[in-house]
Amino acid sequence: MLSSASEALLDRPAREPQRLPARADVTDGRPTPAARSGTPVIDARGLMKSYDQRRPILKGVDLAISAGERVALIGSNGSGKSTLLRCLIGLHGISGGSLATMNQNLSARNHRAVQDSIRLKTGFVFQKHCLVRRRTVLSNVVHGFFGTPGSWRAHSHHLAPTAWRMRAMEALDDVRLADRALARADTLSGGQQQRVAIARALVRQPRLLIADEPAASLDPLSGQNVMELFARLCADHGITLLFTSHDMDHALTYANRVVALKNGRILFDKASDKVSQEDLKDTFDD
Amino acid sequence: MTDIRHAAPSRLSGLTPTHFVAIVTLGALILASMGQVAPSPQQLATGLPGMVDLVGRMLPPNTEPAFLWRVGVRILETFQIALVGAAIGIVLSLPVAWLAARGVSPLGRGHYVFKAFVSFLRTVPDLVWALLFVATVGLGAVAGTMTIMVDTIGFCGRFFAEAMEDAEKDPQDALTAIGARRSSILAGAILPDIAPSLTNSSLFALEKAVRSSVVLGLVGAGGIGQELKVAFDLFQYRNASTIILVIFVIVLAMELITDKLRARIQ
Repeated sequence: MLSSASEALLDRPAREPQRLPARADVTDGRPTPAARSGTPVIDARGLMKSYDQRRPILKGVDLAISAGERVALIGSNGSGKSTLLRCLIGLHGISGGSLATMNQNLSARNHRAVQDSIRLKTGFVFQKHCLVRRRTVLSNVVHGFFGTPGSWRAHSHHLAPTAWRMRAMEALDDVRLADRALARADTLSGGQQQRVAIARALVRQPRLLIADEPAASLDPLSGQNVMELFARLCADHGITLLFTSHDMDHALTYANRVVALKNGRILFDKASDKVSQEDLKDTFDD
Repeated sequence: MTDIRHAAPSRLSGLTPTHFVAIVTLGALILASMGQVAPSPQQLATGLPGMVDLVGRMLPPNTEPAFLWRVGVRILETFQIALVGAAIGIVLSLPVAWLAARGVSPLGRGHYVFKAFVSFLRTVPDLVWALLFVATVGLGAVAGTMTIMVDTIGFCGRFFAEAMEDAEKDPQDALTAIGARRSSILAGAILPDIAPSLTNSSLFALEKAVRSSVVLGLVGAGGIGQELKVAFDLFQYRNASTIILVIFVIVLAMELITDKLRARIQ
């Protein structure tokens, strides 16, 4: 499926990151009407979120992301990036405003059916790989089928239907780890474990891939490889990518649009090639 | 330069008046109780020759083949009570622990009900459970098996629940984000993570079950304990010493086997 692309990618781990072309339909501040008219994947308007009434985390976020975009969400610690990502897939209910992901409206208390509908089309990769360490690599990838009909068979690759096993092996092939399918997850390096997490997210062929600082726990080279893999697989499959990062090289290189959050509000929303040093300074200054 | 000197803190700085009163009260309670229930030197002086006399009457242990065969059959029954009771108890402990584990239970705050239930099973002594089951299902091994089962749920239910609460949270979050149900998160992420802890607790439960099952017969719940009670009731001290030695060997063997298995798991 994606083998040739990912093989070519991982065969040259030390190469310079290639700057991906910025989308022409994004201008300073907001997506253009052309982008807005595309298939909306995420549409947040005046989004509010607070765990404690006195300390709101998100204070009216407007964000529209169209199909096929690669968006980097940047901001200092506590700016609300991770909270926003979790709200997008219904892990956290919202406190105000409106939010639709994959045309499903999310609210303060999200119904299971709405969450399931979104999660079926969304892959989520965490900062830490979050694998079940005592299970095999293949079983961890098969876990990606949880939430689908007959998901009791997703507990282990031994129980999984042949079609799932084949899809899981294809996903592992994409991330160049098919030869480690039967190894225990905790015997892999950090970079390899993150690649398994990506395979687990991709196995259901999602339309949207959300990654919360996917390279933060990796060394620079592994982090670069993981980000290149993300960008390339999303481009090949037409998957919309939304990731957070503290690494500005990653944000500017692998996204075609950068959204900065500061104190729960959007500071700027620009094409990645329009982001200036001044913008970054404003984002991270106290 | 400013010369700042600090005096050494008081030796008893950590001792508050409340602590002092508590220590004195505890000491007084121990001393008063010793006067009432501890053996006096006179009692020790008269009791020791009696003990020596009893040990003398226990020797040599009875090694008649017919008696040894009867003991062997009773030991097998004891082992069966321990094994079956512990196995059923361990299996039943898993759902009970899931319902009792904070942050994991599908019942939310309702987990306290199951936590209290497990505490209740654990706090009632096994001999009391045995008396209850003898009264309800009659004398014999079935009462013993039910006692071990309940005792194991009390023991494993607590340790399994604690292990579930301490299981790694990241994989659980990942499976939640994928859309896994609570039961899938239990089977897919929690149980694989805590498998060594579950095995360890189960081996302890089995060891405890073997130790408990040898005394359950004293109240009529089957096993070798019943034979031991008969031997003492009929003053057959040579028979009693044989049974005590066999119990010692069985419990020791069980501890050695479970220790080896635990070492392999580590």
